[in-house]
Amino acid sequence: MKQESDRPSAASRRRFLQGAVVGGVAASALSRDAIAETAKAADNLPPNVPEWMKTPGDPAGSQPYGTPSEYEKNVVRHVPKNAPQYLSAASRTPLQDLDGIITPNGLFYERHHGGVPNIDPAQHRLVLHGLVEKPLIFTMEDIRRFPSQSRIHFLECSGNPIYTKPYGKTASDLVGLLSCAEWTGVSLKLVLQEAGLKPEAKWVVAEGADAAAMTRSIPIEKCLDDAMLVYSQNGERLRPQQGYPLRILLPGFEGNMNVKWLRRLKVTAEPVYSREETSKYTDLMADGVAREFTFYMEAKSIITRPSGGQRLAAPGFHEITGIAWSGHGKIRRVDISLDEGKSWQEAQLQEPILTRAITRFRFPWHWDGKPVVIQSRATDETGYVQPTLAELVSVRGENSFYHNNAIWPWRIAANGEISNAQA
Amino acid sequence: MRKRNAGLSSMTVLLAACTWQVYVPAQAQERYAIGRDATPAEIAAWNIDVGGNNGSNLPPGSGTVERGRAVYAEQCASCHGEKGQGGIGDRLVGGEGTLASPKPVKTVGSYWPYAPTLFDYIRRAMPMNAPQSLSDPDVYAVSAYVLHMNGLLPSDATLDAKSLSAIKMPNRDKFVGDPRPDVK
Repeated sequence: MKQESDRPSAASRRRFLQGAVVGGVAASALSRDAIAETAKAADNLPPNVPEWMKTPGDPAGSQPYGTPSEYEKNVVRHVPKNAPQYLSAASRTPLQDLDGIITPNGLFYERHHGGVPNIDPAQHRLVLHGLVEKPLIFTMEDIRRFPSQSRIHFLECSGNPIYTKPYGKTASDLVGLLSCAEWTGVSLKLVLQEAGLKPEAKWVVAEGADAAAMTRSIPIEKCLDDAMLVYSQNGERLRPQQGYPLRILLPGFEGNMNVKWLRRLKVTAEPVYSREETSKYTDLMADGVAREFTFYMEAKSIITRPSGGQRLAAPGFHEITGIAWSGHGKIRRVDISLDEGKSWQEAQLQEPILTRAITRFRFPWHWDGKPVVIQSRATDETGYVQPTLAELVSVRGENSFYHNNAIWPWRIAANGEISNAQA
Repeated sequence: MRKRNAGLSSMTVLLAACTWQVYVPAQAQERYAIGRDATPAEIAAWNIDVGGNNGSNLPPGSGTVERGRAVYAEQCASCHGEKGQGGIGDRLVGGEGTLASPKPVKTVGSYWPYAPTLFDYIRRAMPMNAPQSLSDPDVYAVSAYVLHMNGLLPSDATLDAKSLSAIKMPNRDKFVGDPRPDVK
């Protein structure tokens, strides 16, 4: 017990010593703060009785919609600074602060092309027309009458991250345009059957009810496979940022195709060649040729703890954990390297291992206190192995922008500070 | 979809054929009788997508480069720059010959494969602060002006469904299908 209560003092001494290096004024301010903090914290530590045991807490229902503890206020989406505008922009999931495989709805990454519309579901309609026998219009109540299903899938922006420097410092900077949720809705196949597809139907053009009227063409085979019309996410209705009241979900396909605020499905014989699928979400190779209709997100992984921006307090036992996912199915294995990629050891995969969902991996590790580079490498059920950035760039050049699924190694310094080893 | 663009249509037909073998029996299943018939008027008002590669569903009407210059100055220049050089909004002009360089400049003129896509996008999403506010003739006009700034239309041109569909964009043949997995 004596030993435990000593710990905050040891920590404050370390902070004091670090502060002293910075300068005298800062050091004295730091040490005063540190001492006050330590004194306050010690009041609630054994052998004392903590203050929150001495009076009743907030009554039940004091928060009709619950929010995280005030001590978690820094676990928020990361919004880029100095974007030219924020209507067609993104915010990132703080992956390094999360556990498990499900992204809380308030932390789900955002990518909008014309802002977030505020849609009254009673005034929202889905029109299904084009190469169908019977064009239909649905209310949200109609959609919810169809047989429902719930499935866990990831969503990832295809520009996550780009191929060129500066590379990000944290897991969120690098691949924070990734989230995973349990989605509830109706099989798109059922809804298409309701209208009846004509034989020449080969594509479905999905359009959002946002200010960008976001439009993408989806191959019919995906629409008749695992595509869903989704109205709920992690048990509650979709958040406005995720397409309330209705979005399309195309498991494993690049995020922008999962059109939010869905208002229209037009069945066609050809893709529409919208701006988003020609001038934007196409992948420019070094020779000036661009790849179009690059739908699938390939296998990928990242270590989220320990990861960039964090610090290992001391040598000893540390669990390495992170996430892996593939648009082509289940994760088969994840390997960890502790020697700059020279050798690899298999990590444990945490159940459940679901198709086109985030899979959590773990790897027990003793850090000897020496500088080290750690990295993870995913293999999916097709046998595809996550490449290095150098391997990707050697094939695609640096202008490709989208579909960078590279391995991201972290460098741990002797003082425990962790940084991006590629930066 | 691992294929070259040239193989797109035959591959798609093949995939669709496979799909139909699965789909036809399913079609015989009971329908749920959920939803109601969409009326022609409801469909027509929302049916705004224009076929980028062929101009299908372009509306009647036309607009001149000259009219487009005025619409552009009023509605577009504050974000895209007076000469389409970009600002808060994307750069629209120039960049030819840069796509294979270390600093590619992707604009309507240098990168976009299809001209009708310009009409489609401007009508549905621009100007960003008031989308779907421009008349169809003004969308033709401002499309004409953007193409003119890229040297793809003369200053006295008038654009309509037919002439817009007939424009061959310089980068049209530089797109291919998805060859992945391409590493290892």
